[in-house]
Amino acid sequence: MAKAYETVIGLEVHVELATKTKIFCGCSTAFGGAPNTHTCPVCTGMPGSLPVLNKEVVNKAIAVGLATNCTITQNCKFDRKNYFYPDNPQNYQISQLYYPICRNGKVEIEVEGKKKWIGIHEIHMEEDAGKLIHDPYTDSSLVDFNRSGVPLIEIVSEPDMRSAEEVIAYLDKLRMTIQYLGASDCKLNEGSMRADVNLSIREVGAEEFGTRTEMKNLNSFKAIARAIENERERQIDILEAGEKVVQETRRWDDTKEYSYAMRSKEDAQDYRYFPDPDLVPIIISDEWLDDIRAKQPEFREEKKARYQEEYGLPEYDADILTGTKKLADIFEETIALDANPKKVSNWLMVETMRILKEKEMDADDITFSAKNLAKLIKLTDSQAINSTVAKEVFEKIFEDDIDPESYVEEKGLKTVNDEGALRSTIEQVIADNPQSVEDYRNGKEKAIGFLVGQTMKAMKGKANPGMVNQILKELL
Amino acid sequence: MDFSITAVELGKKIKAGEISVVEATTAYLDAMEAREKDINAFVTIDREGALARAEEVQKGIDEGKYTGPLAGVPVAIKDNMCVEGMLTTCSSKILSNFVPTYTATAVQKLIDAGAVIVGKANMDEFAMGSTTETSFYGETKNPWDLDRVPGGSSGGSAAAVAAEEVPFALGSDTGGSIRQPAGFCGVVGIKPTYGRVSRYGLIAYGSSLDQIGPLAKDVTDCATILEAICGKDDKDSTSVKEAGDDFTAALVDDVKGLKIGIPKDYLGEGLDPEVKESVLAAAKALEAKGAIVEEFDLSLVEYAIPAYYIIASAEASSNLERFDGVKYGYRTEEFSDLHNMYKKTRSEGFGPEVKRRIMLGSFVLSSGYFDAYYMKALRTKALIKKAFDKAFEKYDVILGPVAPTTALKLGESLSDPIKMYLGDIYTVSVNLAGLPGISLPCGYDKNGLPIGLQLLGKHFDEKTIIRAAYAFEQTSEYKRPAYAVERGE
Repeated sequence: MAKAYETVIGLEVHVELATKTKIFCGCSTAFGGAPNTHTCPVCTGMPGSLPVLNKEVVNKAIAVGLATNCTITQNCKFDRKNYFYPDNPQNYQISQLYYPICRNGKVEIEVEGKKKWIGIHEIHMEEDAGKLIHDPYTDSSLVDFNRSGVPLIEIVSEPDMRSAEEVIAYLDKLRMTIQYLGASDCKLNEGSMRADVNLSIREVGAEEFGTRTEMKNLNSFKAIARAIENERERQIDILEAGEKVVQETRRWDDTKEYSYAMRSKEDAQDYRYFPDPDLVPIIISDEWLDDIRAKQPEFREEKKARYQEEYGLPEYDADILTGTKKLADIFEETIALDANPKKVSNWLMVETMRILKEKEMDADDITFSAKNLAKLIKLTDSQAINSTVAKEVFEKIFEDDIDPESYVEEKGLKTVNDEGALRSTIEQVIADNPQSVEDYRNGKEKAIGFLVGQTMKAMKGKANPGMVNQILKELL
Repeated sequence: MDFSITAVELGKKIKAGEISVVEATTAYLDAMEAREKDINAFVTIDREGALARAEEVQKGIDEGKYTGPLAGVPVAIKDNMCVEGMLTTCSSKILSNFVPTYTATAVQKLIDAGAVIVGKANMDEFAMGSTTETSFYGETKNPWDLDRVPGGSSGGSAAAVAAEEVPFALGSDTGGSIRQPAGFCGVVGIKPTYGRVSRYGLIAYGSSLDQIGPLAKDVTDCATILEAICGKDDKDSTSVKEAGDDFTAALVDDVKGLKIGIPKDYLGEGLDPEVKESVLAAAKALEAKGAIVEEFDLSLVEYAIPAYYIIASAEASSNLERFDGVKYGYRTEEFSDLHNMYKKTRSEGFGPEVKRRIMLGSFVLSSGYFDAYYMKALRTKALIKKAFDKAFEKYDVILGPVAPTTALKLGESLSDPIKMYLGDIYTVSVNLAGLPGISLPCGYDKNGLPIGLQLLGKHFDEKTIIRAAYAFEQTSEYKRPAYAVERGE
């Protein structure tokens, strides 16, 4: 490759907002549910039905806009985007084209220690479509409108990213910000966050952008990184061969690590956007904005700084704990139950992370409660259980959120502090292991470790390790 | 039974126990059965449902549940308003099997007032037309002359009232669809201010222009019905709660000092001389009662029709996208794939006038033409509203004809859509400006056909036009078509 190329990337990110009801009707947004049970005349596009805007959607969209430094459009409107598809019950989607709710924002990302601002062109509100299910037995398609009308925001970035790392950092930043706001859980694998990647290539130093493609069907950060690398190479190959990149929408197949063209610009539909006459303009007053501004939560950067300052945690720990809202929430909730912050941090940083990794889970999948973690810490503080038992109990908490107090009680896991019982067990251990006793007496300090282990084994792990050590030394 | 009585008069008789709800409902159902072969005002007649409902309402009246003026009175609902469990077709093949699971708010309000729905009235397909000839269920005939159209698109509602098949009906008005058929059939109709009546459950044609309103024999009926159906609805964001909704309080014979303007633009070329004469005579009658009448230049009148057809068609092209054969309604029998199903369903399901407007609307919204047509039409709409606002600084009421002519012969305008569109010249600007208008008979031409008078008011000032219409009504006798007189008891 003689020439040096630069990758130019912009993102369109769809985020499902976590409102209780849909954007234009009172139906539940709850996931699951038998097909077409969370529906009404409005979200199934029945003749004569009319949309009525859910104000909570506007609140959440404004909150995201403010958190991403956007200008809020105080007189904004909805438009209709017209296209025929069976999952789209009205055959138009209510969206925003002319007056999107947020404009001109930016977020700061950090890649390999370098900070950079990524511009946000706009954020607009729209409704989600239903879901098509193909029935191979009858060779027909069925539609489930439960998702139809679930509120979405689309966050359109400027073409400011230059690498997959920057894209991931930007997505991570958005996800974190939106999770901290409680506006969405932002799960890529479940579709509550979806990213389309617009990518073009140009020679380093060129002023003009190259022709871009849009990549769809990216369901994980890893898929996004792979798709970017693949598309970058594909476009460079085209340019190197002296050909032209075609402006088109492509679909990524992550199992084959390959993308294929869905439609070219020539086939692009004319959506015939026009203002939706069924909805009145949304007038957002200064008071409304002030109200949302006042309710904005503490974001990651602020939390991270506070954890280091207030709890004396190392930066590394604070970074991980604030890395997902879920972890930060458990951390703070547990502390609120009078647990020592460093001990809480330890349980989250070490054991929790280990199990998550083992089970290939995300922190967002954690289901245990702060209450039970706090109880576990109290049990160890009071030396009611030793650390080995504590780890075992924690695994049960992680899995089933059990109450550690009653669990320890039921299973008889309490540390044995009874000196008489310990002394007789240790006497037996000494009698059974003359070689180790001999070694120890000959100056092999390590040999005592073996004897401690044997004692613990005999006591089924419940012995108080401090006492075992002390009694052993005394008897030896 | 005396079919010449009004809805309010019938309500009084029922309340007084002079006639039972079942008797009245049966009488009207029998009349419908006898007259429908001539008139074809209905798509659906629900004899069984109406009689069951009549018994229920009678019980409700006896128990004091229904006390309003419309309790027990039969009503026809234009077939573009959803009624739960009742076929609702918009007079289109594409909805020929559609039974809604819910009831339109305005209709529900009538039900709550104790009215008895006897059927669904014929109309131009999807309310697109001014003659009721574009209906999939055949044309409705004008009771004044069975060779003539009843007007449209609420032609079934107007003809049913004029033929005395029902005491009153609901219609909808997007560009004159209540007022013009009321004029052609010699009855009274009100197009309320945009937002006065909920559109929830009204199958949309032009969403920013559509309004539901009453058609009945006199102004008192219309004011009473409007009072029952108006109000803010949480299911319609464009509906509003505005004062001045005690319409029956405006039923007073007093127009002293009322300032009435007649747009010169409404009296020019194209207006039938007989219609002009009658309308001016009506103005004289109001003047004689103390109103101050003068002519003025409204301006922009020639732009109203193009602006209206662009906006209404644009909205319609989008509103009618949902009729695709997927979820409800007609689906073509054989198809090769999804797009073929869409194409065939819509080609077979829609009539020519609807297709024409879908194409027109899709064109004016398409990229490259949006600014030149749709945006320009919106700007024109704003200017027309401004011209009316200016006029209303000076006048309380604007008076003019409803239509350039009296009822046309069947088939006369179908072959020439532009001519049909031009017939809407006096009605469409009211919808563009969102104003209220009332249409009532003001005379008869040499063929004995009714001539309609139109009175327009300020936003949410239906009361003033109701007062003026009521005062004028006192100077003339309600005339029944010979058809109704001959068949009435």
